[in-house]
Amino acid sequence: MPSCLAGAIDCDIHPAVPGIAALLPYLEEHWREQVVTRGVDDLASISYPANAPLTCRPDWRPERGKPGSDLDRVRREALDGFGSSLAIANCLYGVQLLFSEDLAAAFARAVNDWMAREWLDREPRLRASIVVPIQNTEMAVEEIERCAPDRRFVQVLLLVMGDRPLGKRQYWPIYAAAERHGLPIGIHAGSAYHNPPTPVGWPSYYTEDYVAQAQAFQTQLTSLVCEGVFTRFPALKVVLLESGFTWLPAHLWRLTKFWRGLRIEVPWVDRAPSDIVRENVRLTLQPVDAPPDRDTLLRILDHMQSDELLLFSTDYPHWQFDGDAALPEGLPESLVRRILIDNPRATYARLTEDAA
Amino acid sequence: MTHQIRPASAPAQPAASRLAIADCDIHPARRSDAEFDPWLAPAWREHLQTYGARYRQGWQTGPAFPKAQPNASRRDAWPPDGGRPGSSLGFMQEQHLDPNRVALGILNPLGTGQGLQNVALSAALCHATNEWQIANWTSRDARLRASVVVPYEDAATSAAEIARRAGHPAFAQVLLLSRTAAPLGSRRYWPIYQAAAEAGLPVAIHAFGYGGNPISGAGWPSFYIEEMTSHAQTCQAGLVSLIVEGVLARLPRLRIVIVEGGFAWAPALGWRLDRAWRRLRSETPHLDRLPSEYIRSQVWFTTQPMEEPEPRAHLLDTIAWIGWDRLLFATDYPHWDYDDPAQAFPLPATASQLRGLFLDNARAVYGHA
Repeated sequence: MPSCLAGAIDCDIHPAVPGIAALLPYLEEHWREQVVTRGVDDLASISYPANAPLTCRPDWRPERGKPGSDLDRVRREALDGFGSSLAIANCLYGVQLLFSEDLAAAFARAVNDWMAREWLDREPRLRASIVVPIQNTEMAVEEIERCAPDRRFVQVLLLVMGDRPLGKRQYWPIYAAAERHGLPIGIHAGSAYHNPPTPVGWPSYYTEDYVAQAQAFQTQLTSLVCEGVFTRFPALKVVLLESGFTWLPAHLWRLTKFWRGLRIEVPWVDRAPSDIVRENVRLTLQPVDAPPDRDTLLRILDHMQSDELLLFSTDYPHWQFDGDAALPEGLPESLVRRILIDNPRATYARLTEDAA
Repeated sequence: MTHQIRPASAPAQPAASRLAIADCDIHPARRSDAEFDPWLAPAWREHLQTYGARYRQGWQTGPAFPKAQPNASRRDAWPPDGGRPGSSLGFMQEQHLDPNRVALGILNPLGTGQGLQNVALSAALCHATNEWQIANWTSRDARLRASVVVPYEDAATSAAEIARRAGHPAFAQVLLLSRTAAPLGSRRYWPIYQAAAEAGLPVAIHAFGYGGNPISGAGWPSFYIEEMTSHAQTCQAGLVSLIVEGVLARLPRLRIVIVEGGFAWAPALGWRLDRAWRRLRSETPHLDRLPSEYIRSQVWFTTQPMEEPEPRAHLLDTIAWIGWDRLLFATDYPHWDYDDPAQAFPLPATASQLRGLFLDNARAVYGHA
């Protein structure tokens, strides 16, 4: 265990549903029967192809079963391995891909209950995000209301690519509920694949799909800012998960420039987008899309103009780095402390509560 | 009208002390659609009259999102003798080319019929656009160079149009728009790149167009400001595709110019591509070096709309990462978000860096003496 990381709060790890059968005990009878009778396949998204190198670090890949599906391994590799005091479980089961709102709501309930019973009850260092049926706003709000009393749920989880841009007013009841309960909105890489993953259609290669996540995060930030989400919900925190962060400065330069020229169209955006983002938006550390040299990374961090933006993450079990090199080398000590502990605690109000 | 309009500014004073510049993004417009008539068969004129042009968006006239200004233009760019901004060569010379000492101006005609649903109509209009550029523009002002406008959704016809223009001194580049129906690196477009490489012409990818796909991976946004901002994401997606699908690897002499899509995003995109490719390279054995190296050796960027960090000096880091030799100055005349060459680059730089950015880089890319 690297001592420099001791006590870190890991804001993005991925415990996995081992298979659809594991959720059967958590599905209501009607849906359990549907799954069995109709032979519903495992909801495994192509966002992380099972055997792709990025999906699991070689030394974390189990001989059988899905990476991240075994609690003992997660304890050993993700928690003990880095000395993390807490880790936030973002379950990437493909609930958001479903076309049926009812089925999505049923699976969201099952995943959240499974998470509470099989993971949170058994490992006190774990916290989790609430999976919601984003296909239907009312149902998503219901699920937030149902889970929020369990203080171990610390965030609402969305995917970066769904049916419509996330700033759209149809989603605002979700943000109202999240703000009311002190839950940040976590937006994770991944798509419902209801739209092509790029603005110019479907690519040929998985490499393009993964790179395209960063462009999707950029457009979602644009949408959240321009629609006025942070004007209406000033206390809301949005956390971009597995988004990369080195694209942020250039994106804010462009968005802020266009806001100066086009604010007549969005008069409710009453501050520069760069200021809004620095106040309301956070990003997890991994992947660090930067060259290995220390100087370039320090320049990028300077361009971000805030040391409050980054939250520590390992992205376990995804293969973003080797060994225990979860933190890029050469970061100033004061920034390291913020990334590892202070920024996560400031972002997730519920992490500072006694969960017992 | 609730907004006060400033009086149209007088043409800028000639600035003898200023550097001569290349403007790599000028938008010539036709005074009316009839200007294409000499090069358009009567059947196509009849077709346009009857059915309209039909882009891959829903309006009979006008852009998908209402723009910020009529015709997206500077308020002072309407020619005094009538017509749309950009439609009068005389006024363009007086307002822009002469006072700003434009030594090389690259014409990028927009709204000409690229990306139409009907690819045969698109081909006819693109051909007419190219003839019109010679007849009305480049033959009348030696500073101007035309773009080979191609109906890119039909690659074979596009390649033929490029071959027809190869070697003609009026043409500086091939022009595509960024919002294609499929990612730019898709095999359906390869004949275009092959023909451009054979003709020795760079391929410019100008932001805008209608490919029919939602402009984000999460669907359609609400506002013009979102559409404008997202041109950067669209250009990133196109460039990723050109690299990962292997177009740049297969055609090492092919030069790509990203026009009006921003440039400050390029370093971070290269780093992300490199990281992803190191992990996933077994998927793309046709790539023999880091993706960012293709950007560094085969891609140029026009500067307008120039990103404006606070503090502005941050942009110097970004330009150093991209390479001073990769940036081509552009104004976007006559559009509202025009960058004035006298004010657009208030950064400390060496004389040779500025000379490259304002003129020499463009001369090198376009083979302009």
